[in-house]
Amino acid sequence: MSRDVVILGAGMHPWGKWGKNFVEYGVHAARAALKDAGVSWQDIEFVAGGATMRNGYPGYVAGATFSQALGWQGNEIMTCYAACATGSQALAAARAKIQAGQCEVALVVGADTTPKGFLAPQKGERPDDPDWVRFRLGITNPTYFSLYAQRRKDLYGATDEDFAAIKVKNAEHGFSNEFARYRKKFTVEEVLASPMVASPLRLFEICATSDGGAAVVVASKEYADRLGSQRQVKIGGISTVSPKFASADVEMPDIATDSAAASNAYSFRASIAQKAYEEAGVGPEEVSLAEVYDLSSAMELDWYEYIGLCPQGDAEKLLRDGDTRIGGRVPVNASGGLACFGEAVPAQALAQVCELTMQLRGEAGDRQVSDAKVGVTGNQGLFGHGSSVVLLR
Amino acid sequence: MDEADTHLIGSRCKRCGTYFFPGNVTFCRNPSCESDEFDAVPLSREGTIWSYTDAQYKPPEPYVAADPFEPYAIAAVELAKERMIILGQLAKGVTVDDVTTGMQVELQLQTLFTKDGQDYVSWVWQPKR
Repeated sequence: MSRDVVILGAGMHPWGKWGKNFVEYGVHAARAALKDAGVSWQDIEFVAGGATMRNGYPGYVAGATFSQALGWQGNEIMTCYAACATGSQALAAARAKIQAGQCEVALVVGADTTPKGFLAPQKGERPDDPDWVRFRLGITNPTYFSLYAQRRKDLYGATDEDFAAIKVKNAEHGFSNEFARYRKKFTVEEVLASPMVASPLRLFEICATSDGGAAVVVASKEYADRLGSQRQVKIGGISTVSPKFASADVEMPDIATDSAAASNAYSFRASIAQKAYEEAGVGPEEVSLAEVYDLSSAMELDWYEYIGLCPQGDAEKLLRDGDTRIGGRVPVNASGGLACFGEAVPAQALAQVCELTMQLRGEAGDRQVSDAKVGVTGNQGLFGHGSSVVLLR
Repeated sequence: MDEADTHLIGSRCKRCGTYFFPGNVTFCRNPSCESDEFDAVPLSREGTIWSYTDAQYKPPEPYVAADPFEPYAIAAVELAKERMIILGQLAKGVTVDDVTTGMQVELQLQTLFTKDGQDYVSWVWQPKR
């Protein structure tokens, strides 16, 4: 097997609606990660940047944009975009470069500046673009979140109070997180009193869009050891798998699933973490904590099942038993999750990795999960991008 | 147009039989099929509600909203023969309180909006009586 790759340093710019250029967030996060790693910028051999689609050309070539801002120094560059899975893809590229022996130490950066309100498709009449078609029909992102939430109610007995309890839990977790945008505690009653957006989900249960930046410094184990780093976290596995035909998931931006008339039906989401677990040689029963994509409060329940924390239909029990709160058996979204962050697309999957890194080092302060040894992220990017990272202490 | 004859038109692969909607496909997306020949076929006009929701806030463009905005309900509907789920608005006047997962619905046409004197028509799902 190829050589071990570790996370040497993690850094973030606080999430918010700061209205600044995305490059500022990226450089802030990169410098924080470099400092945390004890690595000089000029020692970085490879930069993997997560692209942003809403900040013009510098956003499309983010790897170069961040490199120039940090000061050209001849490093190699790549930029990738995989929607919400961008951070994991960039991390996978850096890891592959190190595994292949083409470099020893790399910087991975994602940052975004976002507009207010619904994420809207690009302008113009573009009936060939499924993202355009669904908005034309009145099918927004919350539509998809709520279809899954309603199905949980009808199939597994989820309640509006369960969905609100997720928000309450994550708000509690993120309350002391200096990088979180929303640091306010909620009661179930307050969540249920917020306006209905798409039945059964309410305003406080649907993820906002945020500005933010996250970065990690990754290196070969040998490099980290030579540096004398005592705070390394091993990358056990990364999954960036695509769906398999016929994908049975109702997925943004499509208005129809694949037809399984001539093929077996697969659940894409349930397959995402599997590859990361296999690479890491661990199973879901060994997980100490997880960071998952709570684009809606209800979606966190689906993720408990997708990453194997419980069988399908048991997520509500896990929540109600308190298993997924800090202090419980397997805390989920100790960072506060998207409920407290809002989503900064190309930075978000990296933010999950930053949180796990802090937790596995025992440096997460008030929200520290005790004896954290194995962490997993679960996430998915629009148009078929799986994303899961397993980190090991 | 006769409502009873209203169907969504999809594509069906001539070789493997997989359906596609929307039907404007050029290559079969079944990985074990290399066909590029399709028939335009009518899809089942009845199905089962897989799940449902509504929109209480006005979506962004290109949605063309009534002024003032009128909330509408949406259903994801499973077609048995095609083994696929298709999303669409529920018929005007139908709310989330009127439907349940597993309910039978049928296809109807409804004017989604009118622009420059032209009606833009779409499919909607209507609970079966």
